Amino acid sequence: MGKVVVVTSGKGGVGKTTSTAALGAAVAKTGKKVALVDFDVGLRNLDLIMGAERRVVFDLVNVIQGTAKLSQALIRDKRVDTLFLLPASQTRDKDALTEEGVGEVIDKLRSVFDYVFCDSPAGIERGAQLAMRFADEAVIVTNPEVSSVRDSDRIIGLLDARTMRAEQGEQIAKHVLVTRYDAGRAARGEMLSIDDVLEILSVPLLGIIPESQDVLRASNLGSPVTLSEPLNTAAKAYIDAARRLEGEDLPVVVPFERKGFLDRLLGRRAA
Amino acid sequence: MNVLFDLFKRRSSAPVARERLQVLLAYERRNRNQPDLVSILREEIMAVIAKHVQIDQDYLQVSMDRGETMSTLEIDIQIPNKSAVPMAIAG
Repeated sequence: MGKVVVVTSGKGGVGKTTSTAALGAAVAKTGKKVALVDFDVGLRNLDLIMGAERRVVFDLVNVIQGTAKLSQALIRDKRVDTLFLLPASQTRDKDALTEEGVGEVIDKLRSVFDYVFCDSPAGIERGAQLAMRFADEAVIVTNPEVSSVRDSDRIIGLLDARTMRAEQGEQIAKHVLVTRYDAGRAARGEMLSIDDVLEILSVPLLGIIPESQDVLRASNLGSPVTLSEPLNTAAKAYIDAARRLEGEDLPVVVPFERKGFLDRLLGRRAA
Repeated sequence: MNVLFDLFKRRSSAPVARERLQVLLAYERRNRNQPDLVSILREEIMAVIAKHVQIDQDYLQVSMDRGETMSTLEIDIQIPNKSAVPMAIAG
């Protein structure tokens, strides 16, 4: 039986989809069978980040409504052959997803794949709640910034109350993934520190992804950063986070700003 | 001097963020699984007033202003003059 991991945040634009793609690809590269499911019905984007936007024929809603088989809707990645994508639909119908239908799809995926990553839409409405409903674990993507941390706290509350596991009195394993971390700004006290975020949310840390142009470039190219540039800092941070998700005990190193003596003297900021 | 002061102010924004979040989240977590207190109060106050005076829903404003150590509940009831006569007397 595979593990179902929801990637969620409450707030939009913090990096849920990018992180789903990067973590999923990193796990799949180790040989595990991985399915990425886009729950953002109406505003799908995981297909674009994965570079599969032109290969979408059927989607999650088609599978739930029975107009396509799950095997027809799953898109196999061209770079890693154990990585699959189940795209979201572009329909504007908010009720296109039913709890029963989602449950059936997740059950089937769970029986075939080692990992099922559910990319949650932003917000705390129906779509976000369905994305987390059947999860065993949750990755809460947070930026070190007040509104993101507040929304993450709200999502943690929902994870502990509205998921199947919570309702059955079981624990859902939660991890915080801090993204867009700017070491320079944190050092200058302009940004919440990792300790602040962890203390406030009291959820264990999965990893710290530094703010990076490489992540943006990977998105532009339609490739998860862990596949296209596995050696760069952000990709390495994602790969380490994926290893921790698989249970490896790997210490987290807080990124620091590499500054020359002159920069330090002049108090120059990193671009 | 001003520039120095500005620099200092900017440096201390993270601790302020942290403190504001801690206060806010402590409150939000406490109230997370409770029904909306303000709307319950509103309904019950409305019921009590309606026993004696006829007023419209719109004339009753209930709001809660929360502070760190104490919160204030503000109840504003407007009674239009025509229907302000208590029903017992009017009857």
